[in-house]
Amino acid sequence: MTGSEFVPLSLVPMLIGICVAVACALPGNFLLLRRQALIGDAISHVVLPGIVVAFLLTGVVASVPMLLGAAGAALVAVAAIEAIRRLGKIEPGAAMGVVFTTMFAGGVLLLEMSDTSAVHLDVEHALYGNLESLIWLDATGWSSLLDPQALAYLPVELPRMAGALVVVALFIAVFWRPLKISTFDEGFARTIGLRTGPLGLALVVVAAIAAVAAFDAVGSIIVIAMFICPPAAARLMTNRLEAQVAWSVLFATVAAVSGYVLAGYGPLWLGAADSVSAAGMIATVSGVLLACAALMGPARR
Amino acid sequence: MIWEALFLGLGYNATLVTLGAAILGIAAGVGGSFLFLRKRALVSDAISHATLPGVGLAFVVMVGLGGDGRNLVGLLTGGAVSAAIGLLCVNWLSTRTRLAEDAAIGAVLSVFFGFGIVVLTYIQTMTSGRQAGLEGFLLGSTAGMLQSDALVLALAAALTLALVLILRRPLTLVAFDPDFARATGRNVDRIDLAMMAIVLAVTVVGLKIVGLILIVALLIIPPVTARFWTERVDRVLLGAGIVGGLSGYIGAAISAAVPDVPTGPIIVLVGAALFLISLLCAPGRGVVSSVLHHRQYQRRVHLRQGLLALAQGQPIYERLTQRLMEQRGLMRGDGVATEKGRAHAARALLDEARWHVVRNDQAYAAAAERYDGLTEMQKVLTADQIREIDARLPAPQGAMP
Amino acid sequence: MSVKLARDNGTVTDAERRLASPLAVRGLTVSYGQKPAVFSVDMTVRAGHMTAIIGPNGAGKSTLLKAALGIMKPLAGTVTVLGQPVAWRRDHIAYVPQRASVDWDFPTRVIDVVLMGMYGQLGLLGRVKPKHRAQAMDCLDRVGMTDFATRQIGQLSGGQQQRVFLARALAQGADLYLLDEPFAGVDAATEQAIITVLKGLRDAGKTVVAVHHDLSTVRAYFDDVFLINTQAVAEGPVETTFTEENLQTAYGGRLAGAQMDALAETLVTTSAGTSAR
Repeated sequence: MTGSEFVPLSLVPMLIGICVAVACALPGNFLLLRRQALIGDAISHVVLPGIVVAFLLTGVVASVPMLLGAAGAALVAVAAIEAIRRLGKIEPGAAMGVVFTTMFAGGVLLLEMSDTSAVHLDVEHALYGNLESLIWLDATGWSSLLDPQALAYLPVELPRMAGALVVVALFIAVFWRPLKISTFDEGFARTIGLRTGPLGLALVVVAAIAAVAAFDAVGSIIVIAMFICPPAAARLMTNRLEAQVAWSVLFATVAAVSGYVLAGYGPLWLGAADSVSAAGMIATVSGVLLACAALMGPARR
Repeated sequence: MIWEALFLGLGYNATLVTLGAAILGIAAGVGGSFLFLRKRALVSDAISHATLPGVGLAFVVMVGLGGDGRNLVGLLTGGAVSAAIGLLCVNWLSTRTRLAEDAAIGAVLSVFFGFGIVVLTYIQTMTSGRQAGLEGFLLGSTAGMLQSDALVLALAAALTLALVLILRRPLTLVAFDPDFARATGRNVDRIDLAMMAIVLAVTVVGLKIVGLILIVALLIIPPVTARFWTERVDRVLLGAGIVGGLSGYIGAAISAAVPDVPTGPIIVLVGAALFLISLLCAPGRGVVSSVLHHRQYQRRVHLRQGLLALAQGQPIYERLTQRLMEQRGLMRGDGVATEKGRAHAARALLDEARWHVVRNDQAYAAAAERYDGLTEMQKVLTADQIREIDARLPAPQGAMP
Repeated sequence: MSVKLARDNGTVTDAERRLASPLAVRGLTVSYGQKPAVFSVDMTVRAGHMTAIIGPNGAGKSTLLKAALGIMKPLAGTVTVLGQPVAWRRDHIAYVPQRASVDWDFPTRVIDVVLMGMYGQLGLLGRVKPKHRAQAMDCLDRVGMTDFATRQIGQLSGGQQQRVFLARALAQGADLYLLDEPFAGVDAATEQAIITVLKGLRDAGKTVVAVHHDLSTVRAYFDDVFLINTQAVAEGPVETTFTEENLQTAYGGRLAGAQMDALAETLVTTSAGTSAR
């Protein structure tokens, strides 16, 4: 494949895929160790109602209000889960199940009942996005990467996702030590004065930022898969947190790149005419990686 | 329209679907209770998402065999097979690797669903696939359903409910105390398998009505809702059946009557409304009632501690204690006890002294169990017993060390 | 009512004692639901001594410790460290939790756990320098665990895990050490190692408070005892307070005669101990 074909058609979606995968996998490591892996599941389900409400309130399909709406919905969901768990003394899994299904149902209902048919907003899109459509038409080849005119027309999703990745990575780097201590031994963390409650909430908020930014480009399936599969596979490879995070970044990147390539070209190799969903394929590849780690990982038991 | 729908006046199909949804709701509520009681509620989320690749592949296979691919029984069978494989994966990951069950659930649900999407996008490229309508399985769609399909669903829901009712005793036993069940010779693994079979059946029947993303709500919301109202297992089952049945019935009826209202979300929202009411208003476990109870309890503790401090001539430091004592006229603003305060304090001290004796005497072990620092002796022991205890007090009250 | 310690000659008021105490608890009530685990407890720990918190199962020993540390929110009462709220003096306190409260599957090595104890020195972003590593190794050396520095924490035996926790507490460089059942389920060698370290701390002027369940070793290991059964039963030096009468009160007559006989040697017969309340 030449640069003149690769750069406009595949480079941007691939880079977005990598940013999404890594931005989700980083907080996913801590969520996994805190037995909160399914928070990612809950967050990505409630993004839909957030976006719908934002659309109904503003009347436009614009990125900023939708991102805010989605982030707001994620916070509402986390608060509701925590409230139900504490006030009703319900186990966290069940509380989560109640909240995200209810909010998702509300989102779907709002969507179906309001006149959104004219705009590009539907449930399928919310579930599996459309990574393939994020092409960079103004690029002509590798040289476009240095061409300000072409760069001006770079799909906005790429810088947005890259920004989210930076935010997530910075948070993890700055709060590495408190996150590690409070995940390992919460009681001890409190005795040395760490505020474990706000810290746990901040982790969820950062995960929500990653999920919300990723959602528009790739849909919620890939988000859930990247929150859980790369960190889970990485956990089976090592007994050190530092190494686990490194492995998870590697797995996420491999899943994003090979998933995208397989979705785009796999069917052609098999003789079919069209490509299949890249988001779905990235999730599938991450599952294959996890299966391999579960069968052969040095720290699987 | 809505009233007609609620009284089954919207034609044969709509009536079948509504009844089917109600029966499914009951089966899901009762079946979900066992999952909830075993604290494995979200396993159902993995199972339901794992149906998607099976449904898609079943379509592909049926088309490959020359059919039109939309045979409901065939699609649901495919869904059941892949869901069962997904369940096996969850169990294998959580028992054979160090991963916890929640991680296994999340991994299976996202990977299977992702693969399902791959299959669906492949189907869309098939010539026969454009009108496959498999997206209907995501959120449920009962509009324009074939009469034979509606009949199949209603029957399958009834069968599932029958299965739940037949198996409820052993399931309850295992959900309540698996170790005891095992010790009394039950095959817990097989009963667990039966529980999962029920969940699987509910999921598959619910695919077309509620959709695979929301079917998990029908399994989780009813038991959680019922739990607020009772501490007894059999009543949780009953309540969950009622909540699930009501949600299914009302939701399906509304969806049949109002255009553009998808069945799955409205069923879930009816259930969620029942949940919210229970969360807030249920006596005992409800939010309003427990907040009131806690505040009342905290006041009792502070008052009692304040009285004991008064009786022993110790200063009271905590503001809440001071305020409560002053409000009740037990203490003046400057911290000096009133007449009434001294009387109450002496009584509290006497009570403590009696408890001291009771807690030291093996003969009163049962009563000593009830010690919580607040309960008055009169509520635990008879007047004769108290006289006997008073006789053993070291000296008249106040002599307590 | 003023409490007098047997060894105090001059009269010291209650308030003065609390001000000087490295851990003073007053009117503490903690409850799970509507059943108090700890009710209206006063405790004043003596600086530079080793105190055992003893009482029957479910008597609120661990709860008392956790509430004193601010891990659990009390329903009523105050906790002070040298007269100040415990939140202000966190850097003075080291805590060794019960082993069961930790995620042993966590991907981390022994040396990393000890380094966690230096969070106060390292802060959010401070680099771990060779001197910190050396300090951590020194702490491991004091509990005899240097050979295990790079093992994953879940691969250790119960006793070894307990020693690592003690090393982490040592790394905190605190003045007050709170331990929750440090000898529960550990081998004899570990028990000896731990008590040697703790006595060393005490001799260096630090204060040690431990929840303890083995009555037969109280006298050999500790200076003071605090007996609790939901309410405080008695507190004071072992030689005056560790009496049969106080024990019977704390255990509600649940200690059988045989157990008492076995304890006879270590118990004191005079009942001159100062009772709480």
